[in-house]
Amino acid sequence: MAYSDKVLDHYTNPRNVGSLDKASAEVGTGLVGAPECGDVMKLQIKVNPETKVIEEAKFKTFGCGSAIASSSLATEWVKGKTVDEALTIKNTDIVKELSLPPVKIHCSVLAEDAIRAAISDWKKKQA
Amino acid sequence: MSNTNSGNGGNGVKLPIYMDNHATTPLDPRVLQAMMPYLTEVFGNAASRNHEFGWRAEQAVETAREQIAKLIGASAKEIIFTSGATESNNLALKGVADMYREKGNHIITQVIEHKATLDSCKRLEKEGFRITYLPVQKDGRIDMEDLKRAMDDKTILVSIMAANNEIGALQPIREIGKLCHERGVLFHTDAVQIAGKAPFNVIDDNVDLASISGHKLYGPKGVGALYVRRRNPRVQLVAQIDGGGHERGMRSGTLNVPGIVGLGAACEFARLEMADEMKTMQGLRDNLRDQIMSQLDEVYINGSWEHRLPNNLNISFAFVEGESLLMGINDIAVSSGSACTSATLEPSYVLKALGAGDDLAHSSIRFGLGRFNTQAEVDYVAKRVVDVVKKLRELSPLYEMHKEGIDLTKVQWAAEPGH
Repeated sequence: MAYSDKVLDHYTNPRNVGSLDKASAEVGTGLVGAPECGDVMKLQIKVNPETKVIEEAKFKTFGCGSAIASSSLATEWVKGKTVDEALTIKNTDIVKELSLPPVKIHCSVLAEDAIRAAISDWKKKQA
Repeated sequence: MSNTNSGNGGNGVKLPIYMDNHATTPLDPRVLQAMMPYLTEVFGNAASRNHEFGWRAEQAVETAREQIAKLIGASAKEIIFTSGATESNNLALKGVADMYREKGNHIITQVIEHKATLDSCKRLEKEGFRITYLPVQKDGRIDMEDLKRAMDDKTILVSIMAANNEIGALQPIREIGKLCHERGVLFHTDAVQIAGKAPFNVIDDNVDLASISGHKLYGPKGVGALYVRRRNPRVQLVAQIDGGGHERGMRSGTLNVPGIVGLGAACEFARLEMADEMKTMQGLRDNLRDQIMSQLDEVYINGSWEHRLPNNLNISFAFVEGESLLMGINDIAVSSGSACTSATLEPSYVLKALGAGDDLAHSSIRFGLGRFNTQAEVDYVAKRVVDVVKKLRELSPLYEMHKEGIDLTKVQWAAEPGH
């Protein structure tokens, strides 16, 4: 299978790998996918309580190269955006940016799910 | 081939490294040399009975037939040439089914057979045959008691492979064959992976039909053979390809003389060198395992270690997905049981059948060592695999959870619907 240069770049130099303190009130954690399905993504965001801007984003992914690239790209994109802006990121944007083939579209769907799950977790903590 | 992954790996190692010898093997240069005259000046049709060109082609074919027979303990007349093992398996199963359908309509096979066998069985099922697919145990071998229980008075054929192509597990074919003969049932074995790699003898192993492929034992692609026993019992087949009545009427079609000569030469070298080669393969394979397992935790061997081909290593690297691992070792040619690397997007049905869980199937890598691999290559592969697995585990949320002491089997996973 041939990978696009952007997938290869994210795979070789993944951005924002790591973990944030999931107990912190400013941190939202999304964990999506399942090991039996071959991909699990953990995406975390740290939100400024005043401005609602996502100041930090970290990820860890178990999955193929396209799954790693999709989640790495997702952390890059959410950073600097407000929570509401981040919710407008669509999986199709990720597909386009990374030139994912049809069989890898589910990787982008999972990355979008991870963003939403992280934001939803953060929102719960604000209630 | 793209040249991005080619180059020099140090220590005389040329990249990329080929370690996928269950998929196919390179042509041995000595085999090519044996074939060359038959690709050039000796171009005759082996069925041409009235001139020198035909006689020389026929002579070469008969020499090859003897070489193949000798490797597996058969006599030359029991070897039928085919286009490869897929055709051999089709001919064995459908040919026997058609011939003996008056006697019975029940065939027994197992779940981890090659698709050529499984799909032939599915076809026969549609035609009214009853097929039993035996499960395998955790080590990838069938339980003889299961086989005994599955047999009934309508059973005409048992088809169980000698060695599995993914996990290298050796089936107890001698016992299977013995049981079949006691019950008057024919025994076919797909011998593609074992032929030339480990001892296999149709007499000692009580085999009635055996499939062989040229390109799995350093011969050419597009040629194979089917061993069909001629006495005790005499096996008869209904031809699946009609035509000029070649190969004692069992398989028509002009013989692929250069391919057949190559298959014969490949069998001859395999027979003469097997004892030494087995030791070399096992040494390299065990060393690869030791290097990997001494440097990584949570690594699991798939399939029996004791009953295994000497050149096979199939390992699951827990918490790392197979395709991403292959991507990291892109200067090494190996295979994975991961869904992402398969055409069906399903993880390996062989690994799933072992009952180890889909997650370990996704994390599996198959190393298939071959005649041309070296210790320097094994060292390079071990180092690359260890480095990439470590890197990917740093990236893996599952490894992190495992290190935190979380039992991953108890986690409620939020998988996408339909996945």
